[in-house]
Amino acid sequence: MVKKQKIESGALAQSVNRAWVFDRVAKGIVFIGGISAIVFIISIFIFIFDQGMGFIAEDLKPGEFFGSEIWRPTSESNPTYGILALIAGTASITGLAMLVSVPFSLGAAVFISEFATGRVKEGLKVLIELLAAIPSVVWGFIGLSIMNPLIVQLFDVPIGLNMLNAGIILGLMAAPIMTTIAEDALKAVPDGYREAAEAMGATRWQVIRRVVLPSARNGLGAAILLGVGRAFGETMAVLMASGHAINLPTSPFDSVRALTATIAAELGETARGSTHYEALFTIGIFLLLITLCINLLADLVIRGGWKRRKL
Amino acid sequence: MVSTAKLEFRDLSIRYGSETALEGVNLSIKPNEIFGIIGPANSGKTSFLRSINRMDEMTTGMKVGGSVLLDGTDVRAWRNVFALRSRIGVVFPLPVGLPMTIRQNVTMAPRMKGIKNKAVLEELVERCLRRAALWDEVKDRLDSLGSMLSGGQQQRLTIARALSQEPDILLLDEFSIAVDPVTTMRIEDVLKELKEEMTIVLVTNLVQQARRLADRTAFFLNGKCIEIGETEDLFTSDSRDPLTRDYVEGRFG
Ligand SMILES: Nc1ncnc2c1ncn2[C@@H]1O[C@H](COP(=O)(O)OP(=O)(O)O)[C@@H](O)[C@H]1O
Ligand SMILES: [Mg+2]
Repeated sequence: MVKKQKIESGALAQSVNRAWVFDRVAKGIVFIGGISAIVFIISIFIFIFDQGMGFIAEDLKPGEFFGSEIWRPTSESNPTYGILALIAGTASITGLAMLVSVPFSLGAAVFISEFATGRVKEGLKVLIELLAAIPSVVWGFIGLSIMNPLIVQLFDVPIGLNMLNAGIILGLMAAPIMTTIAEDALKAVPDGYREAAEAMGATRWQVIRRVVLPSARNGLGAAILLGVGRAFGETMAVLMASGHAINLPTSPFDSVRALTATIAAELGETARGSTHYEALFTIGIFLLLITLCINLLADLVIRGGWKRRKL
Repeated sequence: MVSTAKLEFRDLSIRYGSETALEGVNLSIKPNEIFGIIGPANSGKTSFLRSINRMDEMTTGMKVGGSVLLDGTDVRAWRNVFALRSRIGVVFPLPVGLPMTIRQNVTMAPRMKGIKNKAVLEELVERCLRRAALWDEVKDRLDSLGSMLSGGQQQRLTIARALSQEPDILLLDEFSIAVDPVTTMRIEDVLKELKEEMTIVLVTNLVQQARRLADRTAFFLNGKCIEIGETEDLFTSDSRDPLTRDYVEGRFG
């Protein structure tokens, strides 16, 4: 009897040991996975900063870089590195894209979360995920071969590859992610709120406007910001739809050029280590910093860092 | 009979899908009485309340049979369900302080009715909060979030909110579940006063609460109304149903 107990407790000790080993190994794997993600991100940062640093240290004239609309890096006699027109291009396209996608996306999110039920709801969600999966070159193709002639015809302008075209395409591209995140935010509003408001005699619309939207406002704000980030960082579709002409736009029918598209179009043709090459990386650093800011802001908003304590 | 009842239920039955939650309920509630409903969990009390303001229409699968008459008119004959609901105040088991300020919580219903006048709204906020015995505690912070209040305060806020609808019927569903005993007593005192102005249907999981407050009480069990009577009779009479006796004496539930 005594002996048997001893054996049992020995087996017990062994099994605890095995679990302990497994626990250790699992912990190690997860740790390596987590760390390597961080290492990758930091390496990318270091690489991009390293490549752009030469330009920043030696050739960068901040006044010219941010203040001049002349981007002429290949000029033999007088190379000029002004990204003002590129900033204006990116900003105008992104702004236009938001005008298109914010109402669309919030409307779609409200419809899916508050009105659609059953199959319609599931179908719409799948459709929106599909939309998000369309490769950006396909969007660019749509801009090039469908929107281009359409804009020429509708507005009687010489060329349809312009800010309007790129803005609409980018708006459509940003809409799915905005809709998905906005819908998540609306779904997170407790049903008890809706029920309490409806019990007071609120109509569907009153429930949405007075209760659901206000309590989801952080998530909705984050959805919009992430949409901005999506539009801002997009490259291929913009390159194809915007006309890619250096221009301080004065109307939506002007062709423009975006920061991202400039890098994509020119990097392949520069010599590694040349001033032009390094200037493109400096644009990359600039893009990286802005994207970082947008994402941090979205993070803050979603955590309610914006929430006024005393409303 | 019809003319004196505030609410009348005729052969009321409630189903969720194929499951019956309530069946064959016939009872009438008089104006300005506190009508208590007692019964163990899942006996159909909440479903009963939901049939009154047609909350079934927003619950998938919920079907109401028979009829519910409010002042002699079937509630389903109301074209404007929102107007119907705005006459009926509801207090839920767990306090639902809407995610807005205390003031906004109380002014939401009147605003939805189109009242915009600041002075009128101010006066209403104070009156409703006073009647819900909450005014003294929150009068200095009307613009802070309602959801920051304690559970007991939030429940009084929902009562103030229900009162802001100026309802003629107040439905309470186990309001004291998340409320401390002292606050429960305060709310009970409030209800005794409110009875002068409105009809109150009080669903409660505390049989003694029904005994303290209700003029008449119904006992629900497994989707059936077992007995209706003067509250005191339910607690003392020899002729009551043995099930009722066992329940109020705490032998099951
Ligand atoms: N939304 C719902 N869907 C399906 N069944 C429900 C729903 N609400 C209540 N029921 C069922 O109806 C019955 C009565 O519930 P309820 O009216 O909530 O009783 P009580 O309030 O007395 O606890 C229970 O069996 C419950 O499971
Ligand atoms: Mg209940």
